[in-house]
Parts: sequence; C-alpha cells; structure tokens
Amino acid sequence: MVVPVLAPALPSGPIAEKQLADPYHAVWTLLEAVTDPEIPVVSLREMGILRSVREGADGLEVVITPTYSGCPAMSQMEDDVKAALAQAGVVARVVTRLAPAWSTDWMTQDAREKLRAYGIAPPPADGAASACGHGGSVTSVIQFATQKIAGYASPTVACPQCGSENTTEISHFGSTACKALYKCLDCLEPFDYFKHY
Amino acid sequence: MAQQHLEYLLHLADNALILGQRNAEWCGHGPILEEDLALANMSLDLVGQARLLYQHVATLKNDGGTEDKLAYFRDVPEFRNYTLLELPHSTALAATAANDRDYAATIVRNFLYSALMVPLWNKLQASEDAQLSAIAAKSLKEATYHLRHSRDWLMRLGDGTDESRARTQKALNHFMPYVQEFWTASDMETAAAEAGVGVDVSSLRDGFNALLDDALAEATLTRPAAGAYVTTGKHGLHSEHLGFVLAEMQSLARAHPEGVW
Repeated sequence: MVVPVLAPALPSGPIAEKQLADPYHAVWTLLEAVTDPEIPVVSLREMGILRSVREGADGLEVVITPTYSGCPAMSQMEDDVKAALAQAGVVARVVTRLAPAWSTDWMTQDAREKLRAYGIAPPPADGAASACGHGGSVTSVIQFATQKIAGYASPTVACPQCGSENTTEISHFGSTACKALYKCLDCLEPFDYFKHY
Repeated sequence: MAQQHLEYLLHLADNALILGQRNAEWCGHGPILEEDLALANMSLDLVGQARLLYQHVATLKNDGGTEDKLAYFRDVPEFRNYTLLELPHSTALAATAANDRDYAATIVRNFLYSALMVPLWNKLQASEDAQLSAIAAKSLKEATYHLRHSRDWLMRLGDGTDESRARTQKALNHFMPYVQEFWTASDMETAAAEAGVGVDVSSLRDGFNALLDDALAEATLTRPAAGAYVTTGKHGLHSEHLGFVLAEMQSLARAHPEGVW
C-alpha cells in the first residue's frame, strides 16, 4: 500500500462551523457516526484520527492517522469508516497517513469532556503533560521511583469521578496501550487516564 | 533501491519484532497483573513498529512480498536484530524453560534497548527516507514511554531488597557485554548513515551513556566493564536462541502458508 507522507491542511475544529463550505461536508457528516471501537462515546473526528476527506486519483479518499503503532483497533476503524459510507452508497478508499504523527493534542475539547463523563481522565489539552510530580503524598500505596528525566514523570491527573487531584499512578499501562491506571486517594476509585501522546 | 538501505530497515524492524516476541512470553505469566498488561502493551507497540517498517520494505522492494512474508518466512541468518534482543529472560546462558525467566533480566534488557532507541528514533526523524522519518516520530513517543517504564522498575529492583538488587546487578553484568554491538557499525549502518537514511551509531553513545549512568546511580547499581567481544546478530550470525524464538513465532504461518486473516 502506498502511504503518502505529505501533510495538507488539517481540519481540527468542530465540523459544523469548519466544514460547511467544504464540498465533502456530507461525507464528514456521515462519518460523525463512526466512533472509536474501544471508546464508543467519541467519534474518530473528535479523536483527531480522521484527518481529511478528498478526491484522490481513484476517487474519494478518507485519510486517517493511526494512534499507537500496535493499536489493534486501527483496522476496525478502517472497516467502520468504509461501512458507514457504504451504507449511504458512498464508495471511498481509506488512506493511512503517518506524518505528522497523531497526538492527543488533536483531540477536541468535546472529546475530552466526553471521556471524563465516561470515567476516563482525558490527556492535558495543551500538551503540558510534562508538568510533573505525583499527585498524592500518601505512601501506603505503591509509588513509582523519583523521576529525574524531564518529561517522563507522572503528570498530575484529576479524578474523573470527584475531581480531586490527590491521585496516584498505579500502573503505566491500563486496559489498553493508550491508557494508564490511576487511583483517587480521596474517593478511592481507580480510573483510567488517557496518556498524553 | 540500495540493498543496504533495505537491510538497515530490516535491522530496525527485526529488533522491534524479536524483542516484542520475547516480551510477549510474559503474557499470562507476568509477576503481577499490572506488569503482565504492561509487557503485552509494549509488545504491541514493538510489533506495530515492526509492521510499519516491514510494510515499508515490502513497498520499496515492490516484488509482491508482504510484511508477513518478511516476518514469518525468513530464517535465522536473514534476521538482522541485535543478539541482545533474542536472549531468554534469564541470566543463565542455556535457559529455555519458562521457569528460568527472571523479571530483572526483562527490565534490564528493556532499559538498555529503550535507552538506545530514544536517541536513535530522535535522530531518525531527520532521515532522508521520509517514511522512515514518519515511523521514527511515532516510535519515539512509544520508546520514551518504554524507557520510563523500565527505568522506574530499575529503581525499584536495584534500590529494593537484597534479593532484587542482586538479581538486577547480575542481569546487568550478563547483558552489558552485548551492548558493544550497538557501537560497532556494520556495513549497512555505515552505508545508511552516509546516504542520510540512517545515523552514525557512534553519535548515539553519549546519549545512551548519560541515560544509563544516571539511572544506575539512582538505582544504586554498578556499571560493569564492557567486554572485548562483539556479538554479530545484525550481521545474521546469531546465538542458538533465535532459532527457538522463530520456531515458535513462525510455526503457525508456515503450517498454513497461504492463510490470511
């Protein structure tokens, strides 16, 4: 498969305002129904995975940028995009573009709020994940070693249940590669944190 | 397309695939549930990186080959990974059984590999090969997280109990001589660096040493002296262990060579 690496203008904002003048507005609207297979409350557009809709050499092309290299949901997303369009009689090719690399900075604000409501603490919006230090000072739970390398420390993450920032990282990896496991030291609920990437 | 360019890409891909396969051995057998998940997730990252690189090689070769053909239908002498990455999770040279696995060995090796790959992927972002540059930018994010994971555990095991400290030091003494292979450039690496595709391996050494020395100091571990012998995995001359890794990894695909999924 040919994987183009050029990066034309990337849509980022909500489609209602941003894409009305877009000749592919109808396609974007159809794709609004395609959600992340692992996190069904957010759409691929809100996740920043859906990058553009354009006319290619062989017809309509939908460009997606993969998240983690080994994310098993990627091929499912491709199938879901094709299925959603096919249902409306639209035939399109899905093109995977690697560069620029996907980043959690591309998630919309809506997506972050939906993640939080779903029980997953969202990544920081401004890429400030490296602001560091452990949230909790309680030492009765497993604490990771002191981090000296700038940018590698656990970020302070607010509990999606009670909002407290008195939380601690339990494990670098949670149910999927994109999440870490945290625990709130106030309401004691464990929760997933969508890591900054 | 220069043969050495392709071999360099295969070297990067094989490194990721073989360590990914090795670390996946912990799936269902991790020392604690969280680490079981962590190792499986990191293996997914590594296998994902390998896939992107194999797909790129297949595209460049344009001979009808696929990523699966490269992963499953090459034999030991065709693999270009560092010898370090094919060794069992053990400090015993002849270990093969699951009972011999030691998590300290896993952590030390993952640290050594991540401390190489973070500076390497960082530099490969400027590769003349645009697709490799794109893969590097992605992989750097993942390698950085893998480094953080192994570094944390290096602290906990090194600066832990007498038992954990002794095992971790032993693993370090066992694996450090294999690191010499990182710094001895092969023809494909030299050619790739000269073409602007790869990087001069000697330029990575200071960055690696800084990460290692800093971590060892915090983990209260002692850096062993480097040996004189240089392993030759990236030349296709491997230890006896790679054959066992490939046998397990490739048997299904070879039993059903036309199978698709």
